[in-house]
Amino acid sequence: MARTNEPLWWTLFSVGGVVAAFLVPVHIVIHGLAIPLGWIPVSHGRMLGLVANPLIKLYLFVLIALPLYHWAHRFRFILEDLGLHGFRTLLAVLCYGAAIVGTVATAVVLIGI
Amino acid sequence: MTTPRVERPGLYYPKLPATWWLRRPNYVRFMIREVTSVFIAAFLVVLLCQIRQVGQGPEAYAAVMARLASPGWVLFHVVALAFAIYHSITWFNLTGVVQVVRIGDRQLPPALIAGGAFAAWGVVSLVILLFFLRG
Repeated sequence: MARTNEPLWWTLFSVGGVVAAFLVPVHIVIHGLAIPLGWIPVSHGRMLGLVANPLIKLYLFVLIALPLYHWAHRFRFILEDLGLHGFRTLLAVLCYGAAIVGTVATAVVLIGI
Repeated sequence: MTTPRVERPGLYYPKLPATWWLRRPNYVRFMIREVTSVFIAAFLVVLLCQIRQVGQGPEAYAAVMARLASPGWVLFHVVALAFAIYHSITWFNLTGVVQVVRIGDRQLPPALIAGGAFAAWGVVSLVILLFFLRG
């Protein structure tokens, strides 16, 4: 499987890397620090209005799901580089599988709001 | 960036200890770059949990915000931010090398392409930040 699907996973890795590079740092500042610590007050009503917006749902889907494939690709090779050469196919299935599960979970959460 | 590898049965893998990457600063930087993806993914999972709580109502949202204000979670986000910024810097630096832009028969210097990516990153981050600051 790893042989024939390699370009697909590499493309997702690459696109996910771009999304992460441009968007993730500022979102960590906003959602990980500024809003919880009260630097930027954002009411529940405004947040609900945002995540209920279909365009913002699409944006959040891209923001969350694509970098998961970036993680899967890198993490797979981290484990291989640390010596797990004997489990190549298993590692690929587990890593990309986790990214697919994450994608489905993201879609379910966003559609459910 | 990890290059795609073709599966070759019988390929020789030298026996290296799992700590091989501690031997040279270059190797350590490589490993840090690869590990950034773990912190980025972890943050996105936490973000998804946050979004889910927003949908559960004001009390659930207030509870998750209070929990994220605790020292452990603040530390996690500070560390994740450092790794995420490291990913952006290494990624945009590589963009200049990987993405060849030609104008006529001349080639844009990689530093210029990387510079453009860094500038775009700044603008995008500022726009998103202002969107939330607008109130």
